[in-house]
Amino acid sequence: MPSVVSFPAAHEEALRHKHASPMALRVRHLAYQAGPTPILSGIDLDLTTDALTVLMGPNGAGKSVFLRLIHGLLQPTVGEITWDGQTLTKAIRKQQALVFQKPTLLRRSVRANLQFALGLRSLANRKERLEQALEEASLTDLASRPARVLSGGEQQRLALARALILEPKVLLLDEPTTNLDPASVLMIEQIVRRVRRQGVKVILVTHDQHQAKRLGEEVVFLHKGHVSEHTPATDFFSNPKSDAARAYLGGEILV
Amino acid sequence: MQDFAQSFVLAGTLVLDADPALVQIVGLSLRVTATALLVSALIGLPLGAVLAIARFPGRGILVVLSNALMGLPPVVVGLCVYMMLSNAGPFGVLKLLYTPTAMIIAQSILITPIIIALTRQVIADLNEDYADTFRSMVVPVHTAIATLLWDARFSLMTVLLAGFGRAIAEVGAVMIVGGNINHVTRVMTTAIALETSKGELALALALGMVLLLIALAVNATASLLKSVEGRFAHA
Repeated sequence: MPSVVSFPAAHEEALRHKHASPMALRVRHLAYQAGPTPILSGIDLDLTTDALTVLMGPNGAGKSVFLRLIHGLLQPTVGEITWDGQTLTKAIRKQQALVFQKPTLLRRSVRANLQFALGLRSLANRKERLEQALEEASLTDLASRPARVLSGGEQQRLALARALILEPKVLLLDEPTTNLDPASVLMIEQIVRRVRRQGVKVILVTHDQHQAKRLGEEVVFLHKGHVSEHTPATDFFSNPKSDAARAYLGGEILV
Repeated sequence: MQDFAQSFVLAGTLVLDADPALVQIVGLSLRVTATALLVSALIGLPLGAVLAIARFPGRGILVVLSNALMGLPPVVVGLCVYMMLSNAGPFGVLKLLYTPTAMIIAQSILITPIIIALTRQVIADLNEDYADTFRSMVVPVHTAIATLLWDARFSLMTVLLAGFGRAIAEVGAVMIVGGNINHVTRVMTTAIALETSKGELALALALGMVLLLIALAVNATASLLKSVEGRFAHA
């Protein structure tokens, strides 16, 4: 298994400078309906830039839909979503990256997947960025391999590297470690922590309470399409306010 | 029965000796069909990809139309091209009737809908996989189309081979617009029809053998591409 790369403080400081102004999210009266079925309704939420936000909730609570809505992949039925006061224009979306639960990689090599992402933006020092991204994701030795033959963990690291190579201000993660072994989870969490230290706003959807405790600084708990709780992570895990959150953390089956 | 066997032996001799008449006919057939395929690929691949990923008014009608036109009867295509290129037609002034160019036009019209429809399906299937990622990364449409076409290249080669097979085996359209003129527009299928009607079974059989060999080669290539795709894509 490739080792996780650590980065010198000066390098992190330089990267932090690049992400100096991550974006804050404001959601008002948000509702989303798929056909006749309401998925989300009445959501008002403010997420600041200074915390890694974990979105939790049972299956069907609307977590992934919420992530897609705030990234502009879905259009709300009603309501308003703004990032730093601006609606979701292409320019805003270019400053965000979403990593899906099941990574979709191009039918190309690991290196070509990263080159594809780099080709989408006018960025300088492409070669250096590429090599750095491979190194940061511990994929240098696998650079020439077809992306789709990689293990699940390697594929997810590549998806993450591809998202991060464009230096987003906001990183959206939709259950990125589901079905991965503990070593792969550890590597991905280390990348997420590093990205967070660099000042990127991270919003993570997860079912894994341990992961939420390890990474989360604040928790938004969704239940039946509503925000049941939005609180600092320590408070959420020590003293959940809503019945639904208490039941969820207690291992009860929420329907 | 003896005549039949003799014809086979004679046909084999013609093929093995690379009979000049046979070589000329096979060469013209391949040239006409390869050019028609190139024209159809240049039109059909991008159009099929656009139909697969773009959403615009009238798209549904175009999809149905391209699917329906896959079954275009060659003689009807031949007749239409004949009317357009004849002296009384709008393009009569170009004097293209009974030339290989007319045959290329007819074959292109015949197989372009096939290329469009099959490309659309291949690209739509792949785009189902890629679409969210493309949207998330704000990939421009032209980049998305180029990426999909490149990543689906092995499946698309099979699509092109299907078009090639349809064009080279076609007789009705090229007979009408080419006229089956010896040394000018005589291709394998029209020659087989003519020689058979004349009772000259040896040349007809020899051409038939070559045609079958080409069909075999095309299918073998398609199978090979499928296995190569499996190794490269790991989809």
